[in-house]
Amino acid sequence: MSIGLITLIVLGLAVLGFILGRQRALSAVKGDPRTLHSLPGYYGWSVFLFTAVPALLLLVTWAFVQPIALNSHVSAMVPEADVASYGSTQLVMADVRRIADGLDAVARKAGLDEVGLEAMRADLTDMRGRLAEVGVALGSNVVPSVLDAAKEYRSLSGELRLAMSIAVLLAAVAGLLFALWRINPKQRARNLVEQFTLVLLAGCSLIAVATTFGIVFSLVIESVHFFKLYDFRDFFFSMTWNPQFRGGSDLGLWPLVWGTLYVSFIALLVSVPVGLMAAIYLSEYAGKKVRAFAKPAIEILAGIPTIVYGLFALITVGPFLRDWFAQPLGLGSSSSSVMTAGLVMGIMLIPFVSSLSDDIINAVPQSMRDGSFGLGATQSETVKQVILPAALPGIVGAILLAASRAIGETMIVVMGAGAAAKLDLNPFEAMTTVTVKIVSQLTGDTEFASPETLVAFALGLTLFCFTLALNVVALVIVRKYREQYE
Amino acid sequence: MTDATSQTGLPGAQPRKSLHAADARTRRRNASEARFRFFGAAAIAISILALIVLLTSVLGNGLSAFRQTFITMPVALDAKVLDKSGTGDIEVMKKVTTIGYAKVIEKALTAALAEKGIATDGLDAKQISGLLSQEAAASLRNQVLADPSMVGQTVDVKLLANGRVDGFFKGRVTMDSAKLDSNISPEQLELALKMREAGLMSVSFNSGFLFGGDASELRPEAAGLGVAILGSAYMMLIVLVLALPIGVAASIYLEEFAPKNKWTDLIEVNISNLAAVPSIVFGILGLAIFINFMGLPQSAPIVGGLVLTLMTLPTIIIATRAALKAVPPSIRDAALGIGASKMQAITHHVLPLAMPGILTGTIIGLAQALGETAPLLLIGMVAFVREFPGAPPEGFFDPASALPVQVYNFTQRADPAFVERASGAIIVLLVFLLLMNAVAILLRRRFERRW
Repeated sequence: MSIGLITLIVLGLAVLGFILGRQRALSAVKGDPRTLHSLPGYYGWSVFLFTAVPALLLLVTWAFVQPIALNSHVSAMVPEADVASYGSTQLVMADVRRIADGLDAVARKAGLDEVGLEAMRADLTDMRGRLAEVGVALGSNVVPSVLDAAKEYRSLSGELRLAMSIAVLLAAVAGLLFALWRINPKQRARNLVEQFTLVLLAGCSLIAVATTFGIVFSLVIESVHFFKLYDFRDFFFSMTWNPQFRGGSDLGLWPLVWGTLYVSFIALLVSVPVGLMAAIYLSEYAGKKVRAFAKPAIEILAGIPTIVYGLFALITVGPFLRDWFAQPLGLGSSSSSVMTAGLVMGIMLIPFVSSLSDDIINAVPQSMRDGSFGLGATQSETVKQVILPAALPGIVGAILLAASRAIGETMIVVMGAGAAAKLDLNPFEAMTTVTVKIVSQLTGDTEFASPETLVAFALGLTLFCFTLALNVVALVIVRKYREQYE
Repeated sequence: MTDATSQTGLPGAQPRKSLHAADARTRRRNASEARFRFFGAAAIAISILALIVLLTSVLGNGLSAFRQTFITMPVALDAKVLDKSGTGDIEVMKKVTTIGYAKVIEKALTAALAEKGIATDGLDAKQISGLLSQEAAASLRNQVLADPSMVGQTVDVKLLANGRVDGFFKGRVTMDSAKLDSNISPEQLELALKMREAGLMSVSFNSGFLFGGDASELRPEAAGLGVAILGSAYMMLIVLVLALPIGVAASIYLEEFAPKNKWTDLIEVNISNLAAVPSIVFGILGLAIFINFMGLPQSAPIVGGLVLTLMTLPTIIIATRAALKAVPPSIRDAALGIGASKMQAITHHVLPLAMPGILTGTIIGLAQALGETAPLLLIGMVAFVREFPGAPPEGFFDPASALPVQVYNFTQRADPAFVERASGAIIVLLVFLLLMNAVAILLRRRFERRW
């Protein structure tokens, strides 16, 4: 049974439970709801919750735990010697899973039954050829122990799937019967349901924490794998990035960090003055009409997906910069360049900077403006000498947030900055960033045991730490600043 | 003290002659004021200019993708070639490959040209049929297999023209560029012009772009967005079903029930940080947890939907909490006062009043998720997918594409015709976003109450 079907059955049982529970409560008092502790619906809800929630929780947990248990059991079946020929346990397991999937297709094609499948032996039949016929391509011939592991994997996962269906349905039915049995007119059904709901609500709020945990967990685990295969000193201190899928690659972090910082720097150079001035103009100078038109227009820029900016960089800005600036000035002939990506990213960040600065400028108390005007300062002098200094911490926070956006931005740099990892000062040269390399190392057919793929996780960890630090500092600054004027 | 200031005044200031004539210092200050104001206006102008250039660039490149060059001509569907058994048995007819159909089309095209009296000097049959898309034979085959009774008759069919011919009519391909192009020659383009005059070739609305599947690199004229639109729709469905209830539940807990302590502080800091985590990191999470660890299939809408759900949650939670906060405490107090429990006060009164705000936030979160590309690249949505995914829920596990990823996919191909396709896909994406935002604005205008 598929997970979707089980979920539907459980929900159906729960609805049935609701109806039964309500009826049972009513019939216990001979149809007079006044003698019940709670409204009849609450008795129904208590059965509903007891039926659905434990069963669905079991389902989710099972779906998480089954792969781990299965992997550790099956990978133990393959002897060390065979693992060594593959390179790592992970690779073996990838093959085991592929063969296990392939076996189903083979059986269907050849009309074999379970016994026939069991009888297949790697040293007698050409497993690789037969699997290739059904569209499962393998890198090497099938080792007997791996085939056995695959058979075991296949039969075990089938059994476990069945066991899961039974366990989940049993849990649902048990919950249903238990809750039904507990119903009596004195039962405090409303309190029970409310307590239960509260726990559910709190559980949902934990998902955010679980997500962060999942991110850190997956990044750290795979990064540790990477640093086992590749010396961390080479990663952190090498100045060359030159991945080779045959091995022996240089995976130095610095060319990527340089590209990232260079692009972000140009983006901030564009977005901070424009965004800040736009915010100042809108909040201090603009009349009602201009505001009503300009503010939504700038906000539209914020709603445009980054892929659109990426395409804009690729087909408009890149060729324009190349034909009008780079080539006439003799600075390069590439349409994807740091300048292209930086400019377009700057445009993307304008609304971000301007809306944050707008909030911050508006938070400066009117009394400070009035004081300045009262001393005879012009509007621009008030802005420059009173409002901006007062808002400075908030603006610094906004710039840091914008910087963290720029560093983590992917599509614009993938389509606009190029793929060559270089340490160069020329802004019309194609360079690459951390995010571009994460995408290029993880897309396409990837093997999860080579340092060339795993490096993406180390890069992701670097990126995550960097942006997290920027965000935390920015949020602390902004919060401190807000408190100052509240 | 007072004497001193009144006598010297500000350093550099000269004794004033008249208030009407501005002195040098006032002029300087006024000029600086005007300059500052100008910079402000310039910043606004730059932002709006950028928006206009961005939109015109996309619209200018992409609008033509919705129109396509077709060749309309009568095709004699020869029963001897297409239905060898003569019984109309569909299984037998399926054995005739597209090559067989290509020959039928080639014959029909030559006949149609002869009938209209268009000279084809210097062009061999292969070059003439080269005006048609390579997809034409396959589409004719599908038409015939869908309706086998057509065999033996002569029917008018509308077939896609080659991408280069299409580009010629749209101004992308010129006679000069055709000289250097191995796929098309100027003579072929001359013929295309004549065919257009004779009414054999025309440019009309291209429904295949909206509803068809993707096509290979050599057939840009047949590439469509159907699979991508469906994939995106599936993902939005998953995001809506998961993120809305979870987000609302989490916000209710944090806003109404949670005690103020270190633990809830941690959750709150967590949520505001998650909102700022780069989207690509969510892609890594999806790849590591959902695909490698849980063994879900690559390029499946379910994985994309889960990843986008996690990304959208902070947006929804932040919007929902703001909406809950906006409901005045007097509503809660009144409900509690007449004996409702706290949970009843919230579910019966606060939540319905906050609903417009919650839905607005949700739609904006969905719009963000719809345009998100980077995490989807990592979970394998870039794969070339021609087949439509099945009906949900099983279809959630089939390979599919997504609109923004399809745009990226188009830009990675060599043929310049795909630039038009990518921009066209962006227009479709922007139309969806515009609709969603319009609904959000409408909801806010119509239902949101100010207390």
